[in-house]
Amino acid sequence: MSTISSPFEVGDARPSGSRPFLDVNDLHVHFSTEDGLVKSVDGISFQLERGQTLGIVGESGSGKSVTSLSLLGLHKKADRKGRGGARMTGEIWLDGEELVSADEAKLRALRGNKMAMIFQDPLSAMHPFYTVGDQLIEAYRVHHKVSKSEGRKRAIEMLDRVGIPQPNSRVDDYPHQFSGGMRQRAMIAMSLMCDPQLLIADEPTTALDVTVQAQILDLMRDLQREFNSALIIITHDLGVVAELADDIMVMYGGKAVEYGPAKTVFTAPEHPYTWGLLTSMPRLDRPVQDRLAPIPGNPPSMINVPSGCAFNPRCGFVAQNGGRCSGEVPELLQTTSSGRRHLVRCHLPVDVRQRTFNEEIRTLL
Amino acid sequence: MSTDNYSSATVADAGRAASGAASEPLLSATGVQMHFPIRRGLLRRTVGAVRAVDGVDFEVRPGETLGLVGESGCGKSTTGRLLTRLLEPTGGTVKFEGRDITHMKPGELRPLRRDIQMVFQDPQSSLNPRHTIGSIVGAPFEIQGIKSPNGTKRAVQDLLALVGLSPEHYNRYPHEFSGGQRQRIGIARALALKPKLVVADEPVSALDVSIQAQVVNLFEDLQAELGLAYVFIAHDLSVVRHISDRVAVMYLGKIVEIANRDDLYSSARHPYTQALLSAVPIPDPDRKGEEAKRERILLTGDVPSPINPPSGCRFRTRCWKAQEICSTQEPPLVQLTSGPRPTGADHKVACHFPD
Repeated sequence: MSTISSPFEVGDARPSGSRPFLDVNDLHVHFSTEDGLVKSVDGISFQLERGQTLGIVGESGSGKSVTSLSLLGLHKKADRKGRGGARMTGEIWLDGEELVSADEAKLRALRGNKMAMIFQDPLSAMHPFYTVGDQLIEAYRVHHKVSKSEGRKRAIEMLDRVGIPQPNSRVDDYPHQFSGGMRQRAMIAMSLMCDPQLLIADEPTTALDVTVQAQILDLMRDLQREFNSALIIITHDLGVVAELADDIMVMYGGKAVEYGPAKTVFTAPEHPYTWGLLTSMPRLDRPVQDRLAPIPGNPPSMINVPSGCAFNPRCGFVAQNGGRCSGEVPELLQTTSSGRRHLVRCHLPVDVRQRTFNEEIRTLL
Repeated sequence: MSTDNYSSATVADAGRAASGAASEPLLSATGVQMHFPIRRGLLRRTVGAVRAVDGVDFEVRPGETLGLVGESGCGKSTTGRLLTRLLEPTGGTVKFEGRDITHMKPGELRPLRRDIQMVFQDPQSSLNPRHTIGSIVGAPFEIQGIKSPNGTKRAVQDLLALVGLSPEHYNRYPHEFSGGQRQRIGIARALALKPKLVVADEPVSALDVSIQAQVVNLFEDLQAELGLAYVFIAHDLSVVRHISDRVAVMYLGKIVEIANRDDLYSSARHPYTQALLSAVPIPDPDRKGEEAKRERILLTGDVPSPINPPSGCRFRTRCWKAQEICSTQEPPLVQLTSGPRPTGADHKVACHFPD
C-alpha cells in the first residue's frame, strides 16, 4: 500500500486545498473467482491534470485495462458477500466528484459525457447493425437534449474533424464499410462527441498498421491540444507511450512499480522491471545488438502472485537483498536524488539502483 | 540445451546439414502469384479475384534469415503459405533446392515437409487443445514414419529441452502453458525433423514484450546451432531488423524493395519503405510531439483493395512522388545501376523515381 497519497506532495508545489483534475487514491479492484481472489489492481494512486497525458505501461495481466475500466465504472459490482463481480475500494476523484462510491445514475451521466473511452478493437466496440452516424448521434443525444438533425450535424462535424473523407455520406455507412484506421477514427469521433474532459485510450493503436498508427497518434495529440482534455493512454508499446505521455506509470502484478515523468522513466529508470522492458526490445534508433536481453520467466499468474515483490522471481538483483524481496512487499517511494517526483517500488537501496543503472544498464539502452 | 542429444535423437541423415554451395539458393520464388477467385451467384461463377500475391521474385539462401515486412493485407502471410505449399500458387514457380514444387500433389509433398516447416502466429489456435505436448511434438515422427534410436519419446523430450522447456512437460496439455511457452512448443514441433527452412509467420507478435525477446533469442540460438534458414514474416520493423540478414518489403501483393538489412534500414530507396520506417514510434521522449511529426512521412488514405489494384505502380495513389508514368507503367524490381546512387547487386527497388 502506498504511503504517499500524492506524488505532488513530494515534488511539485501546487496550490494547497485544490485537488488535481483526476485524483486516484489507493484504488483496489478485486475479483473473487472459483480459483481464488484475483487482485487485478492492488493499491494504485495517480494524478492527472487537464491537458496532460499519463501513459500506463505493463504486460498482459498487469492490471492496466482493469484500471481504465474502473475509472469509467464499467465493472459489474460484486454482491454484498463480494461475489460475482468486482470489489472496488479506494477513491477516484474526477473534478471534485468521487466515483467509487457513486451510484449508477451518476456514473451514467458522466460516462461518454465528461469521460470517454477509446477501445482497442473498434470493430467489436461498434454495433454492426447500426450506422456509424446512428451510434455517434446516440452518444450525443443521451447527454444533450437536441433533435436528431442537430445530432447528425454534430456527428458529421466530428467525423470531419477526425479526418474521415466525405463525412456527409460516410455518416450513413455501417462499421464494416470502414477500414481499420477509419473505424478507429470513427471511435475517436464518437468519444469526442460530448467534449469529454477525461479521455481514456486502451491500446488505441495495437490493432493498426504502423503507417495508420502514426496517423492516429498525430490525431490524438492534436485533438488533446484542441479540447484540452486529460488523456490516459494504456499500452504495452513503449514507443507509443514515449510519443504521447508526459507521465508514465509502469504496472506489474496489479501494482505500480515505477511512476514519474516520461523523460525520467526512459532515461533514468530505477526499477529492475523497467530496465528489463527497455533492454528487451530492439530499437530502430540504436545500432543492431548481437543479442536481446530478455526478462527471464513469465508474467505472474494473478491468482498466485509471488509473495513479497511480485517481480522477485524474474529479478536479477534479488541476491543483493537477503530474503527481503520475497518476504516483504516494497513500498512505492520517492527516490531521493531526482528533484521531481519519481516513485519506485523496490527494496534495493536508492544508491545501489542508481549505480547499477549507470554502470550496467545504461550501456544496454 | 544439448545439440548432441538432439542430433542423435532424430534420424541421422548424413550430409543434410550444410548441403549446397553458398551460391545455390535454398528456395527461389519466381513470379509467384496467388489469386483467390471471387465466386458469385447460383453457378458460383468467378467474377473476379483477390490478387493477394501478384508476382513476387526472391530467393532464400541456406542458413540466412529473410525478413518479410508489410502492412496487413499486403500478402506477406499468403506468401509464407505459398512457400510452404500450404497453398498452391496460381502462377509462377517455387523451387526448393532446384526442384520445382509449385504444383506438387500432397503425396509428393510429404517427404518435402521434413525440410520446410512453419511456425504460426497464434500459439493458442495452432496447437490442438486435446493433444498432449508429447503427441503434438511427436506427430512429425509418426507421420513421416521416422524411428529415433532412443524412441520417439526421448526425441521429443530432447526437443523440448532444446527450446527451453522441461522434459516433464511431455504429458501436459497446451492450456497449461503460457503464451511464450506455447510458442516454444510450436517451434519444437517445427524443428522435430531438422528442417532446412522454417517459415515463421508473425511468431512473436502475440507475445508480451519481455517474452518476445526470449523467443527472438531462441530463434537465433537455434539458427546458430542447426544452420536453419528462416523466412521471418512480421509487421514489427524493429524485430525484423534485429533478426534478419536480408529484408523484403511488400505492398499490395508485390515486393517493392529487397536489400541487405543494413542497406534497407539505413538507405531505403523506395518511398513506401521510407514512409514505413519513419512511422515506427521511437521510444525516446525527447523526440515526442512536433519533432517526431516533422521527421515522419505521413501517408494519406488507406491501402487500395487487392481486388482492383491501381494500374502501374500500386503505391502511386499514396505516393508523393507519383507522376504520369507511374500510372501507366509498372516499375520492375531491379538493381539501380544508373543515377547518382547506384545500389549493390543485392539491393533491388521497384520505383520509377527512387530516392
